[in-house]
Parts: sequence; structure tokens; C-alpha cells
Amino acid sequence: MKILVFAEQREGNLKKSALEITSAGKMLATQLNAEVEVLLVGNNVASLASQLNGFGAVKILVGEDARLQTYSTTAYAKAIADVAKQRQANIVLLSASQMGKDLSPRVAVKLEAGLAADCTALKVENGDIVATRPIYAGKAMIDVKVTTATKVFSLRPNVFSALTQNGNATAVEKISLELSDADFSVKAISTSVASGRPDLTEANIVVSGGRGMKGPEHFTLIEQLADAFGGAVGASRAVVDAGWRAHDEQVGQTGKTVSPSLYVACGISGAVQHLAGMSSSKCIVAINKDKDAPIFQIADYGIVGDVFAVLPPLTQEIKKVTGL
Amino acid sequence: MKIVVCVNHVPDTETKVKVGADGKLLDPTGINWMLSPYDEFGIEEGLRLKEKNGGEVIAISLGGDANKETLRKSLAMGVDKAVLLKDASVRDSFAVGKALADVCKEISPDIILFGKMSIDYYDEQVPGIVAELLGMSSVSVVVKMEIADGKVICEREIEGGHEKVETELPCVISAQKGLNEPRYPSLKGIMAAKSKPIEEKVPVAIANRVEVLEMRKPADKGAGKILGSDEAAVNELVRLLHEEAKII
Ligand SMILES: Cc1cc2nc3c(=O)[nH]c(=O)nc-3n(C[C@H](O)[C@H](O)[C@H](O)COP(=O)(O)OP(=O)(O)OC[C@H]3O[C@@H](n4cnc5c(N)ncnc54)[C@H](O)[C@@H]3O)c2cc1C
Repeated sequence: MKILVFAEQREGNLKKSALEITSAGKMLATQLNAEVEVLLVGNNVASLASQLNGFGAVKILVGEDARLQTYSTTAYAKAIADVAKQRQANIVLLSASQMGKDLSPRVAVKLEAGLAADCTALKVENGDIVATRPIYAGKAMIDVKVTTATKVFSLRPNVFSALTQNGNATAVEKISLELSDADFSVKAISTSVASGRPDLTEANIVVSGGRGMKGPEHFTLIEQLADAFGGAVGASRAVVDAGWRAHDEQVGQTGKTVSPSLYVACGISGAVQHLAGMSSSKCIVAINKDKDAPIFQIADYGIVGDVFAVLPPLTQEIKKVTGL
Repeated sequence: MKIVVCVNHVPDTETKVKVGADGKLLDPTGINWMLSPYDEFGIEEGLRLKEKNGGEVIAISLGGDANKETLRKSLAMGVDKAVLLKDASVRDSFAVGKALADVCKEISPDIILFGKMSIDYYDEQVPGIVAELLGMSSVSVVVKMEIADGKVICEREIEGGHEKVETELPCVISAQKGLNEPRYPSLKGIMAAKSKPIEEKVPVAIANRVEVLEMRKPADKGAGKILGSDEAAVNELVRLLHEEAKII
């Protein structure tokens, strides 16, 4: 049995999720007596292979093509599916990132495979892979089984932990991708990635503000705490709708899904639609002056208090610990 | 321009979710239903394209009779025609995509619009499946789009930024919040929608590729620790994040 892991990179930077899914692939491989191959696709990406070294794969496959410098849904999907077929992979793993969710349906159709998307857990039971996925805004979970011979899974970023490297060198093999110009019917002509703070969906720590912040000018308090943690800034829909923050920062059902190690909700009531985007965070801290705010029901730690009184000293204390 | 908009009928987000007797599906009693919120962005974009380029907008929904409610809302917003793919069985993303792709093949639209995802199963996969089955190009999570001379230029959200994407018609687009501001159905629209017919078709039954083994409520985390409300609470929080949660 073979597991193929698609290692995502953007603009020549390997995504942290690549290590997470390689590790998840290794976990499955151990139980299924399978082997893991990792696939890196792009232009000038061979140098990224070393970052995947020692995570339990037997081989790192590198497929390069100058036209893959920018992302193309159609070309990337074809490359992944072609390699999966050539290598006779039974299982294909992708990240449930924006890129992974764009690619996985096409890859699955090409492989005539069933697809379980945005999984938050995988386990092997009687030789079957059982995947867990949150549904109905996180108000329920389902365990699913993919019934086709080839199976595709996309895994939610930040949920699967990366193994520690085992020190064994992983072989790297250059492979050729047979892409024609017609495969590039969809292509990115430019990308703009905000620099500075980490991306919301990949950040280890997210500090979010809601209507309790009272106005856009007070979001500096949120930004300062996020920077003290080296984290990202999020927002509730109420503040996005009010025009205080850009939609990119919205967390929730009609915003982003995040699963950081730590989520700090400041002046956010905790509406179900907000919880839908952050309830899989590992540790949740809520700061709210209303002790009955629903956010306290899912918070691990809560401070019942005014954000304007709590945030400045909290930022000071965090800075002392992190040194940022 | 021939425009198809795929719309889904889903449980209202505020509604209480209970696991049904079979332990695999939702218990439908007492559930409030609605048009999946992202699909409204798809409908709005379809209507705007028609207003600009002429043509017709056809809304398609796969499901049981209850889906007619969502199709009526689409008609009330201004959609010209509605098609119900009548099949109340539970289909996975592939089976849904296959049924939709089959009708789209007959209609042969210039563009197929979707919401980014349906808020029941959260798959975010059906638009891509339909595009791949039809051999069409597709752009997902679109926040801006422009069509000129058959060329489609979109802006889509990616991790930490935006991407400008180029493709050609026909294509599949999935809409993210921000693409437009969906209109409310007008009284005239609501009245007109009542008398517009909803065409019914029966999709070919195909096997699911994903089987649900169990549905359950997420594990109850139990109440967290309230650390109080004074200065000491801040110090206690920092200590707990450091020593107990080991995050910093
Ligand atoms: C279809 C649909 C989709 C939606 N999608 C999303 C989504 O993706 N994301 C999302 O977030 N919401 C979403 N919503 C909206 C959601 O229902 C809530 O309206 C929203 O989350 C509320 O934002 P909030 O918590 O910032 O504001 P509020 O509910 O107004 O809460 C503000 C909180 O701040 C507290 N507060 C006030 N002042 C202070 C202070 N000085 N110090 C401390 N605390 C203070 C208050 O006690 C209150 O709890 C959606 C709604 C619908 C219908």
C-alpha cells in the first residue's frame, strides 16, 4: 500500500501543513503497513525537500516545471493525479488549506476516488481508515469511511501535529510532469500575500476582537497582544460588517476556520456562527465583561472583565514571557 | 448569457442539532431550514451578470420537496427558472456533484455559480467536482470577478492574501462573502415567485463514495476556569498558559 502526501508550497515557501500531513501519513502507514511518498510540485522547489527530510516518508518526489511558478488549479491537480496513478498510491493526503480545498475535488474525480474533506482526526479500525469531520458549524461530528479503492483525504491545518524528525535521511527523486499548455486553463496571474503577522489559518496563536472593542481605533490593543504572542489577528463578523476590519480577518462560518494552539477572544459574545470557525482551537481564552456570554461555555480560561482594563497589562505580561 | 446557480437548502445555523435515531443522520424534527448563506452571493452574482449581459439565470437544487422553499426564495430574488433535482436520499459530495454536472451538461451554461460551501456538511468540494466532471475551469473562494470578451478575471482568497486568477468561459465560480451584497427579494418578486413553475427532474442514482459511520455531538469540554476579574487574573492567566497549557 502506498500513501502519497501533497506537500504544499506557495511562492517557494513550504507550508507547515506539509509536515503535519506527512506525519499523519506516517501514522497511517505504520498501522496499514504502507509506505509514504511526499510530492513537491512547483518551479525551483527541489531545495525545499530537505525540510521534509526525516519525517517518515520513504521518498520525496520533486516535480518541477517553469510554468508552475504561479499556482494553477488545473495544472496542479493534473500533476498530483498523474503522479498518484504512476506511483499506484491508494491514499492521497492534502491539506484542507485554501489550496488543498481547491485541488482535492479535481484530484479525487481524476482518480475516481471518494474524498473526505477537512478531517480533524484519522484512525485505522479493522484495516479501514475512519476520518472524523465537524459538520453543522461544529455542532456535530461525523465519522466517515471512504469506500472507493483509492481514497483522498484533506486534513485541517494545525490539527495534526508534526512528528519530531527521526534523523533518517529521506531519498529525493526528481520526476517529470507531463503538462501541456492546455492544462493551464486556470492560472494565477499575481498573488499578494500580506507580510508581517502570520496568516490566520496557519497561526499558532490567534487574538480576535469583537464588538466589545467599541471601535476600529481600539484594535491596536488586539494587534499589540497578537504581536506579543507572535500571533495573528482575527475578528468577529459584527466588526467586519461595521467596517472596522477587513473580511480576510473574519473568523467563523462566513469567515475563516482556524485551529490554533491558543485562541484569545476579546469582547466577542460567542455566537454559534463565530464558534463554527474557532471551536477546534486547542486552548480558548475569553475576555468579556458579561459573565453570561456564551463564549465562556467553550473557553478553557476566562476573565470576566473590561477589555480596556485587561488587555494592556496582559500584553505587558506576555511580552515578559515571549520577549517579543 | 446562460447562467446556472446551484443552491442548497440547509438547517439554519441557529437551529439545535440532534442526532437521529440511526446515529448517522440529523434528526429533522424541529429544524428550521434556510437557503445556504453563501449561495446568496452566487444568486446575486448571477442576477448582476444577467443585468449586464442579458440572458437567463437558472437555479438548481438537489433534494426533496422541501428544497422548493429555497428555490422559491431564489425566484423571488429574481432568478428566471428553477429546477428541482428530486432526490431526498443522502448523497455525498461526489454524488451531488455528479447529479448537478449531469443537468448542467444538458443546459450547457456559460457560467455555473456556487456559494463557497454549503453550511451543512462543510465540504467545500462540490463546485470543483462539477467543474472536473464537465472538464471546465473553475475558480474557488472568489471575492471579485469581471468578465470581458469571454475572459474571466477573478480575485480569490488564499492563505494570508489574495490571488488574481485568469480563465475563460465557460467556467465554475464559487463565491465567498465580499463578492457582492445580496439583494432582498422584493414584494413583487415574492408574488411573482409564487406562480413561477419549478421544473422537476430525477437524477440518476449513483453509489456514495463516502459512507457515514456515526454522527455524534462533539465531546463536552466541561466548564473552563474563570480566573476572576482583577489584575491578579491576568497574572494567573499568564501562569496557566505557561505552566498548564504550555503554550507560551
Ligand atoms: C448566516 C450568518 C453567518 C454568520 N457568520 C459569522 C461569522 O463567520 N463570524 C462571526 O463572528 N459571526 C458570524 N455571524 C454573526 C453572529 O451571529 C454574531 O452576530 C457575531 O459573531 C457577533 O459578534 P460579536 O461577538 O463581536 O458582537 P456582539 O454579539 O455584539 O458581542 C459583543 C460582546 O462584547 C462584550 N463586551 C462589550 N463591551 C466590552 C468590554 N468593554 N470589555 C469586554 N467585553 C465587552 C459584550 O458583553 C458582548 O458579549 C453570522 C450570522 C449569520 C446570521
